[in-house]
Amino acid sequence: MSKLNFKNVAFLVASVLIATLALVTSAASGGENTVRAKLVIMAPASPGGGWDGFAREAQQAIKSDGISNNVQVVNVPGAGGTIGLSQFAQMTGRSDMLMVTGGVMIGAIELADSGTSLEDVTPIARLADDYAVIVVPGDSELETLADFVEAWKKDPGGTSIAGGSLGGIDHLLMGMAAREVGIDPQLVNYIPYSGGGEAITSVLSGTTSAAVSGYNELSDQIETGSLRALAISSEERLPGVDVPTFKEAGVDAAMANWRGYVAAPGITAEQKAELQQIVAEFHATEQWKDAVARNNWTDSYMVGDELDAFIDAEIATTTDLVEGLGL
Amino acid sequence: MDQLSHLMAGFAGALTLVNLMWVLIGALLGTAVGVLPGLGSSMAVALLLPVTFSLDPTAAFIMFAGVYFGGMFGDSTAGILLNTPGASSAIATTFEGHKMAKSGQAARALATAAMGAFIGGLIATTLVVFFAPSLVKLATAFGPAEYFALAVFAFVAISSVVSESIIKGLGALSIGLVLALIGVDGISGSVRFTGGLPQLFDGLSIVVITVGLLALGEVIHVASRIHRDPSALRIPASGRIRLSGADFRKALPAWLRGTAFGVPFGVIPAGGAEIPTFLAYGTEKRLAAKRKDPEFGTTGSINGVAAPEAAGNATAGMAMGALLALGLPVSATAALMIAAFQQYGMQPGPLLFERSGDMVWTLLASLFVGLVMLLIINMQFAGLWAKLLLVPRHYLYAGITVLSMLGVYAVSSSVIDLWFLLAIGILGFIMRRYQFPVAPVLIAVILGPLAETSLRRALTVSEGDLGYLVSSPTTIIMYLLLIAAVALTMVKHAASRRKLRSEAMVLQDS
Repeated sequence: MSKLNFKNVAFLVASVLIATLALVTSAASGGENTVRAKLVIMAPASPGGGWDGFAREAQQAIKSDGISNNVQVVNVPGAGGTIGLSQFAQMTGRSDMLMVTGGVMIGAIELADSGTSLEDVTPIARLADDYAVIVVPGDSELETLADFVEAWKKDPGGTSIAGGSLGGIDHLLMGMAAREVGIDPQLVNYIPYSGGGEAITSVLSGTTSAAVSGYNELSDQIETGSLRALAISSEERLPGVDVPTFKEAGVDAAMANWRGYVAAPGITAEQKAELQQIVAEFHATEQWKDAVARNNWTDSYMVGDELDAFIDAEIATTTDLVEGLGL
Repeated sequence: MDQLSHLMAGFAGALTLVNLMWVLIGALLGTAVGVLPGLGSSMAVALLLPVTFSLDPTAAFIMFAGVYFGGMFGDSTAGILLNTPGASSAIATTFEGHKMAKSGQAARALATAAMGAFIGGLIATTLVVFFAPSLVKLATAFGPAEYFALAVFAFVAISSVVSESIIKGLGALSIGLVLALIGVDGISGSVRFTGGLPQLFDGLSIVVITVGLLALGEVIHVASRIHRDPSALRIPASGRIRLSGADFRKALPAWLRGTAFGVPFGVIPAGGAEIPTFLAYGTEKRLAAKRKDPEFGTTGSINGVAAPEAAGNATAGMAMGALLALGLPVSATAALMIAAFQQYGMQPGPLLFERSGDMVWTLLASLFVGLVMLLIINMQFAGLWAKLLLVPRHYLYAGITVLSMLGVYAVSSSVIDLWFLLAIGILGFIMRRYQFPVAPVLIAVILGPLAETSLRRALTVSEGDLGYLVSSPTTIIMYLLLIAAVALTMVKHAASRRKLRSEAMVLQDS
């Protein structure tokens, strides 16, 4: 009897260990194969984060059309993606890897000051954007962005604004808006939260006067009227979104929360072209188009010199804003 | 009773043989990742997400329900048996649970925990079914001032864990507070105590601290004594497996008290499941002291396992409600599940019940099915798991070390975390060697940041006006309760000291 039980225990322990080992290895392994046989996507965020979702949508799209036989997502969370970036920047010549990047990482690089920047890796493509929206509670007396700006100018300290982490797009956008309407960005009373959900609660509970967060996270609350959207950070009005842009409302501020892919440093021109080709292929799949629609992203496909110029401009703007905000 | 008929329709959709198989897979997978420290249910859901693209919504939901609650059931298992809680919400369960295991009651502790998780989850899920839409108000009643009051309240409420030696308790609390300060400060962006290591920018992971202090510290401690007094380390064979009627009667109030702590916290974003579990643990400890329960803190009391476990799962159940009704992801797992819902065109939030009612009710029914399935699995496995302790000690402790290292490495695949783990393990050993309590360190690590961020947020919002901290009825009530509790304890303390002194006098006289 007791022997049998020992067997059972051993079996139980073994099966748990195998299951977990499988999880661990699938999360951490990599190889030197060709990229068509095996591709590793690094999401420099924990499972469940925005970049993780972005990586997994790409994984699905690549799998669905057999663009690469084996696609894995590796999570290297931490410090706005800069931990992942500094690891990735060491992987010189790894031609079978892509890493998720985006606007948030540029702000985090500025803040972390860790010595590694996007210049140390090889940009591949920009793929999808979404936009931030500034909201007030549905029963607020501030009806338009102009009302808000008026109140803001009168009392910058008393007009607290909730949003995502420090140096992220939400924060930078408010710095930009402040500068445009003539408020010293250093006076912006910005309360960082770790996610859109918390920022919504803080504005609904009346803790802060306004909140800034991704439009997709707020769209339902805006629709039910519990939140009122004052302005959205896109250049032009988005189809199906009945919210004026900052520019329409007379504040010359626009900013996209863009996401894209970079490759490791030191890869050859052919290897770079191959990775660009893979991104172009999965970008064209139905699965990806579906993902873009489902996540309410705006397709912003961009490669080559145009992308390099875009990233340079983003870095310059971000550096400038981060300095202005006194970080 | 509209909800009831909707729910029955949900059950009709969820209860098929194939779906039961999915929930079984989900439950086993959830339990497996729950057992291993470092692998949370968020990891399991993230890996399952692509798989579910090819499933029909009901099957996917039912599997997620199994994973979601499975993690909550599983995280206490390793904690009770090996002192390595699988997640921070199981830390409070571990304190008494491991003591029970050490005194030969592992199976009883596991069964109590499973039952507690079931009751907490069941009550919370039922509340979600009937009251989900009115949860919104509770969530928005909490601003930073309320959070700060809550953190202060929790600190004082669980201060009884430092009661054995106040100096050592406060010392341990300070160590915890310092560990919690490491990392980039979220409010100002300044870098604190990282020694320039970018890996520390997000702070020391709670997994590293918990596993290091509890598991690795224990392993080193045992290793240092294994030849000196081997008898003290022997774990007696496990006794009864089934919970007796008396156990049930004893644990039931604790399960319910734990649930009562857990439910409100599920709706409060950023609260997490740790605070209610600690509050539940603190309450049971106080009650045990009042009843003069000799088991608590020595051989382990089933109340000390029952309450925190029920609290943890009640929070998880309510968090699911908050996710559905408010669209607020309260945990990483919940955030992932939003992504899962969106692939079926469900947008969690205030409009969810109107827009895709059918699917929501199927999901809620799935949660119930998952809970029942997990209760059955865990009750069956309790005796089997407990046999793990029959493994010879040198193998067992080597196994614990491997498990700890593997779990910590899994968090972010970084080797430096293993060094941190080792350092914290040595700290844990030194604390054990000099009889410093370990619990206050963990409490400080969890509550410290909450207290700090909410205080600073409150003061930033109010531009430095301290009056803001006591400007709402919620905060005032909490502080009044706090003052009353402290006053009461002091009066009692003074009374018992007087009694002790007079007894001592009598002894001297005789």
